[in-house]
Amino acid sequence: MTIRRINLSPYLLALPGAAWLAVFFLLPISRQVVTSLSEGSIDDGGMNFTWHWQNYLDAAQQFAPWFIRSFEYAAIGTGLAILIGYPLAYFIVFRGGKYRTILLFPVIVPFLITYLVRTVSWQALLADDGIILGTMKHLGMLPDGAYVLGTTTAVVFALAYNFLPFAVLPIYVSLDRIDPALLRAAADLYANPLTTFRRIVLPLSLPGVFAGSILTFIPAAGDFVNAMMLGSPQRQMIGNVIQSRYLVTLDYPLAAAASLALMFLMIVAVTLYARLFGTEGLTG
Amino acid sequence: MKTAKLGRFFSYHLLTAAAGLSVLFLLAPIGMMIALSFNQVIGRFDFVWHGFSAAAWLHPFAVDGLLPALEISIVLAVIVATIATSIGTALAYAQVRYKFIGSGALDLILLLTVATPEVIIGSALLDLFVGFQVETGVITMFISHVMFDIAFVTIMVKSRLRDFDITLEHAAMDLGATPALVFRRITLPLIMPSIVAAGLLALVLSLDDFIISMFVSGQVVTFPLFVWGTARIAMPAQIYVIGTAIFLTLTAALFTTFFVDQRRARRMGLT
Repeated sequence: MTIRRINLSPYLLALPGAAWLAVFFLLPISRQVVTSLSEGSIDDGGMNFTWHWQNYLDAAQQFAPWFIRSFEYAAIGTGLAILIGYPLAYFIVFRGGKYRTILLFPVIVPFLITYLVRTVSWQALLADDGIILGTMKHLGMLPDGAYVLGTTTAVVFALAYNFLPFAVLPIYVSLDRIDPALLRAAADLYANPLTTFRRIVLPLSLPGVFAGSILTFIPAAGDFVNAMMLGSPQRQMIGNVIQSRYLVTLDYPLAAAASLALMFLMIVAVTLYARLFGTEGLTG
Repeated sequence: MKTAKLGRFFSYHLLTAAAGLSVLFLLAPIGMMIALSFNQVIGRFDFVWHGFSAAAWLHPFAVDGLLPALEISIVLAVIVATIATSIGTALAYAQVRYKFIGSGALDLILLLTVATPEVIIGSALLDLFVGFQVETGVITMFISHVMFDIAFVTIMVKSRLRDFDITLEHAAMDLGATPALVFRRITLPLIMPSIVAAGLLALVLSLDDFIISMFVSGQVVTFPLFVWGTARIAMPAQIYVIGTAIFLTLTAALFTTFFVDQRRARRMGLT
């Protein structure tokens, strides 16, 4: 006779967390799916669930430029974050020595200033007569009418800044894992530093670059604060559309469709990227 | 041979320069924030340096609405971090120490909550609250903050639980300790650093949250929402003072936990 005793402890321990995530994560997303297939508005008469899938068609038609711009900005911002972050991670790992931990501090600095204050500080830095542009104009390096605020450049650099720790930390980890003996072996075999980098270090750090770029791309594509505070009102991102449709015009069904379409497109983009990168990038 | 040497020289210094520029880029907004906190305010937008003044530091709450907003932010963050850390630690313990039905599904959900852009989570939560006619305010913000914090806490505590030597727990049990005693005397002290770190992260994420809060805050104004509201009208130096104060506090907390952790590790002979 076998008595199967079920141990209840794990279920009791996991219950609060599991319930919280089910009710306040899965349920809202499911609810948003229902809203995206509804008609009507919350202020007059309420919404009715009618399988109105045309919302997705409308969202695609009306917001296509915003979707494209978001992905474009996020891709450029991610590229910048990697370009700026990679040399830093490389420097910390291979030249940091005993100062490694201290050197990691600037990397996580963007996380230590309040998101909004950070964005406002960028506004000040890039202001038309601020410290950078003002000085350059004073020195005659720039014409008087030059500006950066309100341009795509300002938005993509700010996006890169905001999510830079996400890009750098995985690269740091993958570079840190490289066995120094490999580099010595390469040098013994007469590889110059550039060849060593190209043939050994870069391929071994690609998993980090892969993880870092996904971690940067996803939040960047959904961001709306930078586009609103540093960009031009004519070139906003899809996050701005979702935000204003939900909070200002109260057009829930269309906004819900836009939000879920963003999620879907993001999954497609990440999957394609993973394919492009090859499987060794994923498993390494 | 000469060109190779030259190339090595260039690549060496090029890397230093690139890393230096990156650090400059990372620290620039901090420098700007600290500088502007000492700026003499003339217009409503003081993006230009008008001269040194400590007025904003001496009267940090001279701006209407700033103090209540900061108070709400801090109280909310502390409560949220406490609850989320407890829930997340329990979940992590269950997942690492036991096998149970649904554990794999939970992993997927945890990953999804971290990977989903905030604008989608925020709008979906608003959709839910409006749909069930829950008035948005402090409570809905509390619910939402705990929700996004749980995953971060769970992931951090789980990695520590996986890392440590399980034979320590087995030894205690062999010596007759009950599971509860083992947890309290062996497991908890060993994973404490990661719980503290996770709690700190939960606190920061709640304190800093803007996007999700914007959707579910109703009429309540937290510090980030206050900055957002005021940024269109005026930019008092006090905003930068509070920003600097938060930055310094978090930096101090980070370094303290780091050094305490290192000393502990050294004392226990782990390094």
